[in-house]
Amino acid sequence: MKHYTVTFSKEELARYNRHIIIPEFGMEAQQKLKAAKVLVIGSGGLGSPMLLYLAAAGVGNIGIVDFDIVDDSNLQRQVLFGVESVGLPKVEGARQRLNALNPHINITVYNTQITAANALDLIKDYDVVADGTDNFPTRYLINDACVLLGKVNVYASIFQFEGQVSVFNYTDVNGEVGPNYRDLYATPPPPGLVPSCAEGGVLGVLPGIIGSLQALEVIKVVTGVGDVLSGRFFSFDALTFESRTFKIRRNPSNPLNGENPTIKGLIDYEQFCGMKAVEKKIKEIDASELHAWETQGVDYQIIDVREPHEYEIVNIGAELIPLDSIVENVARIDRQKKVVVQCKTGNRSGKAIRELEEKFGLDNLYNLKGGILGYIRDIKPELTSY
Amino acid sequence: MPTVFIPTPLRKFTNQASKVEIPGSTVQEVIQGLTSNYPQLQRHLVNADGKVPNFINIFVDDDDIRSLQQEQTAVNPNTIVSIVPAIAGGSR
Repeated sequence: MKHYTVTFSKEELARYNRHIIIPEFGMEAQQKLKAAKVLVIGSGGLGSPMLLYLAAAGVGNIGIVDFDIVDDSNLQRQVLFGVESVGLPKVEGARQRLNALNPHINITVYNTQITAANALDLIKDYDVVADGTDNFPTRYLINDACVLLGKVNVYASIFQFEGQVSVFNYTDVNGEVGPNYRDLYATPPPPGLVPSCAEGGVLGVLPGIIGSLQALEVIKVVTGVGDVLSGRFFSFDALTFESRTFKIRRNPSNPLNGENPTIKGLIDYEQFCGMKAVEKKIKEIDASELHAWETQGVDYQIIDVREPHEYEIVNIGAELIPLDSIVENVARIDRQKKVVVQCKTGNRSGKAIRELEEKFGLDNLYNLKGGILGYIRDIKPELTSY
Repeated sequence: MPTVFIPTPLRKFTNQASKVEIPGSTVQEVIQGLTSNYPQLQRHLVNADGKVPNFINIFVDDDDIRSLQQEQTAVNPNTIVSIVPAIAGGSR
């Protein structure tokens, strides 16, 4: 980083004044920020606050990797985006917001999914990577790519009320390389043990807290100010307000950079984790569209994948096929008509649709958004909610 | 008694308890006590070889038991045993 050649305009000096006047930070750290190249992977829950703070702080070159589109359900926590961004690629929404926030920095966007095929190319020109993605295959991919390329990986992840932060593969002033993700978790959990945020939910403020800590560590890595969270692992529970910082070490049997490395290049991470990095989007229908089908006499079938006791509480005349038995009852699902699949809130029916599409190639299935509860709320409030 | 911190993904197996006190003088005894109180935790905390699986870290106070005596690491009544599983959320 040639920070010594970095200069600032009058506007930039005014903007960064509160950094520059901190004795431990000063002009030199601000120059390092301006010279830095930081790649933020994932511009969602963690990426949103991280990008806002990195851009505001004056990180001179920020790359953003994301393939997703801004959705209404993102706005509860992805503070980078507003109503006007819904429907835009996330990287586009991010670019617009960050350009407006700080015109003195360069934003480069990659509207693509990071994969084993492009990861090394995407990462190689950056100094620091910040991983704000959302699934195990991509976590291992980014970790391995960073170790193979010798890049620092500022890591954070969240689930419901819980957040984790660490800095992986960081080389300290003595040339010692710190632990990486594989030292901490040699293998991923079996599929299904830890649901994704899309399935398990996440409290909106939590990514704000954890993504801001991630931005803090990026800034420390870049500037050399303070003690980087390398060899340590921070864990925060928003419900109990318990936070702990654990010591972590390198594992001699790490297959990437332990005593006998066996991984020399990127591998098939979906196979390694036994799960897909990205779940295919499924077709959706909302309660008012379904109501329109009902009143217009559209010929469709509706399947309820809840349990019989839930069906007894309230139902909207759908055929009951509980999720557990959907596969053996595939013959009951019409192949010609449109088929709406519903559950209580839309999660189980989404799973049912994915399973049916994957195993039987069905392409006429629509998930009732918000489930029966959404339908009752919007269309038939006289029915029982539970 | 040692206190065990239960992480969010496993609280559905502990009636939502976030910390529980379990008697024992080693990590192994504490885990045995925990899984006998909450049998559904067994398959998440103990693998086929009777060890803690790779995707779970156990810390005794601030230290990873892998850098101590693994499951035989001693605990005392003031010890906090933290169970820290891999989680991956962040973007969507």
